[in-house]
Amino acid sequence: MDVCTLEKRGNLFILTLTGEDEHRLNPTRIDAIRSALNRIRSDTTSLSGSVLITTAHGKFFSNGYDLAWAGSSPDKIHLMSSKLRALVGDLISFPMPTIAAITGHACAAGFILALSHDYIVMRKDRGFLYMSEMNIGLKIPAWFMAVISCKIGDAMVRREIVLKAKKITAKQGVKAGIIDAAYDSVEETVEGAVELGEKLVKKGWNGQVYSEIRKGIYKEVLNKLGADETTDDLEKVAIASSKM
Amino acid sequence: MCTLEKRGNLFILTLTGEDQHRLNPTLIDAIRSVLKQVRADPNSHSSSALITTAQGKFFSNGFDLAWARSSPDRLRLMSSEFRALATELLSFPMPTIAAVTGHASAAGFILALSHDYVLMRNDRGFLHMSEVDIGLKIPTCFLALIRSKIGNPITRRDVVLRAAKITAKEAVEKEIIDRAYHSAEETVKGAATLGEELAKKGWNGQVYGENRMALMKDVLEKFGVDETMEDINKVL
Repeated sequence: MDVCTLEKRGNLFILTLTGEDEHRLNPTRIDAIRSALNRIRSDTTSLSGSVLITTAHGKFFSNGYDLAWAGSSPDKIHLMSSKLRALVGDLISFPMPTIAAITGHACAAGFILALSHDYIVMRKDRGFLYMSEMNIGLKIPAWFMAVISCKIGDAMVRREIVLKAKKITAKQGVKAGIIDAAYDSVEETVEGAVELGEKLVKKGWNGQVYSEIRKGIYKEVLNKLGADETTDDLEKVAIASSKM
Repeated sequence: MCTLEKRGNLFILTLTGEDQHRLNPTLIDAIRSVLKQVRADPNSHSSSALITTAQGKFFSNGFDLAWARSSPDRLRLMSSEFRALATELLSFPMPTIAAVTGHASAAGFILALSHDYVLMRNDRGFLHMSEVDIGLKIPTCFLALIRSKIGNPITRRDVVLRAAKITAKEAVEKEIIDRAYHSAEETVKGAATLGEELAKKGWNGQVYGENRMALMKDVLEKFGVDETMEDINKVL
């Protein structure tokens, strides 16, 4: 069963996390996403004037790491973290504008996945952005914080999200300057992403240059992708996964 | 290419002529020479302010790529001279005001942002990081300055990754600039008024410069290199 599909619509590449589950970020799913991204990169028509849209089926964009799968195994936890860091690295260096069309909850690592895109559009009728770690007793790694600090400018908003585990609706996300637009339904969200994508495609930007400029902006994040100091604190992860 | 006028406590540097004020070594040298003159003026050590402005349709349209295109050495020289200029402005021993009276693009936008205050006319002209549109990489030092001056991540994305053409009105709303005025003359007048206000504070220039350098420490550190010059063929 495919965990994600890739569709080409003109110059838009649409990556969809399929199925009605929580789209937990385990190695299988992360590998599938990275594989789709690699297929896009090797498509010669993608060198300029292209756009990636990442979206999902069901109630969840992604509910974060697959803590149940990882359990208390150090190897599994390290593997999951290392794969997600590689995926975020892929997205930051992706040679075209990227849009996350958030059609459900995006929590913890799922929120980070959304934030790793250039533009975020979201449905406002349900779903929220949520750094759940505080509530489940998990530490947030430095590299997550680097993403948050690059993408969320307001200090108070950052505090609410990180230290208060606030659940942010699409409407609040627009107001806080975290997301670009909120739409009334799933269909309108994806349509909005496509419309934005078409606008960006028309600019005909060179993908390589775009990638280099983006890497320059998120250098701080790239520098931190080499490590995750929290995966060493396995007891906490085991407790968190037992709270699920 | 540029003139220096002293008006009371104010030092007014004007990029002259109706051209695009492209930042090539000749123009940059002329600007740096004026800045040296200002520093050397015995009355400039406190209670002073610098205003940088320009004649014509352009504040500055960025690097002189046409001139530099013919050789990697020219590109490197231009980059190195511009970085030295930006460093001087960021360490300048008095408040600095950019009175943006025309388009400010790419390195021209960075030149404006290298000032403490930015005022701009709202009847014409825009701020534009044009690099992604013309297929040029942006050096880390430029991005560091933008990061320090433009606080909102979505605005930064629009400026750098979308090459948004920003009018003065938008720039005020997005907190990129301080204030917008109805014409070039009013912008310069506004700069002079602000300059006098700041000069009246009687700040010690050396201390002001050092405090700004401390504030901008992370940015200044990055102006020592331009890594985009390593892959020179891409730039050409």
